[in-house]
Amino acid sequence: MAGKAWRSSILNLLRQWGLSLNGKDKIKAQEVSRVVGALMKDTPQPRTFTRGIQTVTLIPGDGIGPEISTAVMEIFDAAKAPIQWEERNVTAIQGPGGKWMIPPDAKESMDRNKIGLKGPLKTPIAAGHPSMNLLLRKTFDLYANVRPCVSIEGYKTPYTDVNLVTIRENTEGEYSGIEHLIVDGVVQSIKLITEQASQRIAEYAFEYARNNQRASVTAVHKANIMRMSDGLFLRKCREAAENHKDVKFTEMYLDTVCLNMVQDPTQFDVLVMPNLYGDILSDLCAGLIGGLGVTPSGNIGANGVAIFESVHGTAPDIAGKDMANPTALLLSAVMMLRHMGLHGHAKKIETACFDIIRDKKVLTKDLGGNSKCSEFTGAICQRVRDLD
Amino acid sequence: MHCQSLPGVRTRHRNIDIMIIRENTEGEYSSLEHENVPGVVECLKIITKTKSLRIADYAFRTARAKGRGRVTAVHKANIMVCVDGSLFLECCKEVAGGYPEITFDSMIVDNTTMQLVSRPQQFDVMVMPNLYGNVVSNVCAGLVGGPGLVPGANYGEDYAVFETGTRNTGKSIANQNTANPTAMLLASCLLLDHLRLHAYASMIRRAILSTVSETRLHTADLGGQGSTSEVVRSVMSAVQSTGPLTLSI
Repeated sequence: MAGKAWRSSILNLLRQWGLSLNGKDKIKAQEVSRVVGALMKDTPQPRTFTRGIQTVTLIPGDGIGPEISTAVMEIFDAAKAPIQWEERNVTAIQGPGGKWMIPPDAKESMDRNKIGLKGPLKTPIAAGHPSMNLLLRKTFDLYANVRPCVSIEGYKTPYTDVNLVTIRENTEGEYSGIEHLIVDGVVQSIKLITEQASQRIAEYAFEYARNNQRASVTAVHKANIMRMSDGLFLRKCREAAENHKDVKFTEMYLDTVCLNMVQDPTQFDVLVMPNLYGDILSDLCAGLIGGLGVTPSGNIGANGVAIFESVHGTAPDIAGKDMANPTALLLSAVMMLRHMGLHGHAKKIETACFDIIRDKKVLTKDLGGNSKCSEFTGAICQRVRDLD
Repeated sequence: MHCQSLPGVRTRHRNIDIMIIRENTEGEYSSLEHENVPGVVECLKIITKTKSLRIADYAFRTARAKGRGRVTAVHKANIMVCVDGSLFLECCKEVAGGYPEITFDSMIVDNTTMQLVSRPQQFDVMVMPNLYGNVVSNVCAGLVGGPGLVPGANYGEDYAVFETGTRNTGKSIANQNTANPTAMLLASCLLLDHLRLHAYASMIRRAILSTVSETRLHTADLGGQGSTSEVVRSVMSAVQSTGPLTLSI
């Protein structure tokens, strides 16, 4: 590698270890857990590290996906983040044997790069093929969905000081998709809980808590009613707690969590739970901080794969009209940077984004303003450059 | 369960008035679990047409009787296509057809919880299967001020049972004279209404509401220091002051 690239890759390595040559982007302990924390302690050495630049698979998505992806790319460009984007499309195609799968070039790109950023994908209610999100999940075994929910200064909601993380098991549980018609008028759906998946997610939750200096992990369940299934899940969480004595472990019933969450969300830290409860609670928490338009999300898979995504819908009614809010995708991209160890750039972009929201001069319609997406993006780009 | 913003109770959201009708016999709480292979547990969620029609019918009848204009079915039909979609939702739609004056719509459960914490005033009557009912009723109870304020009613073909809405036993504060009796008292008013003793129900309910609006009588769960016995005494004297129907004690 040429001189400049050698230097920047050394700098990146040092940043990963929390050191820096010029003191500028020294990672402080409390920063790591701020807003969108790093997901893994030992960031795997990126496979595609050519000339200090990490290649990331970008899936723009449908509806407003392309516009917000462009916005994120512009902001990353302004921040001079060492990221190269490889755009891929994920429309379902039918492989040999009639099995639905994602296009092979998308799969190959993700397998190579390991890190992905995804915009919103359409989930058809009756289109003959399963939802794309589900396919991605199955293809890369994305077992953990991590959603940090932190109140955004400048975007007021009735709830302030929210600072929690929901970790949801994302492969089994109630969403196994196994349904049968038993007799006419009686339908059953099977909720599957396995020891392996429960153990994996419990271990992940405690590792996350440890790596991000979070004080406690709470398992959310309904083991009083679903004795065997949630009981198994709880047992695995308890076992994982034994191996991580430095993190406090509590258990709480789902209904109690809901009741307390809307009265006082500050009492919660990291929450770990099976699929359905995770779906409901993570959206509940997103609602507390302002909705899906401002909530980041990351999916961790086996083999070091991680896909960060915006979790809002495709908003077909505003697609193509330059009205979309790129905040959710941007914050997810910041989460991605932290996962890759690029804390300096992450902090810069995040600060710029929050500053613009706090200033309230240029805001998209859903945030209460009437600026265009391009204006909002431009303001953030400018702030990023100013922060340099 | 009827979750209503009460006067004098400070909450983040105002003007909430939601009736939650939760199917209470089947769904995820069917208690049918088995372990076919060690380490793999299956739990069955059963939805039947009979019970779905029954609960939908109850929801619409109640909405009509109470003059409510909108019923929202809460579901997860995009994922649980057969149980929630083809069966539960379809049954609700079928029943809705017979009540043209009532608006019927549906909402996915995760969106519902998000909407509840941002704009709960948009909901009127909500009907749903067992588990979502548990989640939504607890969220709503939290929104109007907590488990001490919300009454619950359980109706069956032959029996009716009235209790506190969120069914919390409150073990940690038992026997300390700090519990909030409002939920239980309001539940007893629902019982009186069910027995068609409406005059008594209204009288007691009015007394309870006037007591709850007095901040100095708020119990610990509402952020005050009042005791259970003080609240009860206040309700009793409010009842006694309403006229000759009451016996002096």
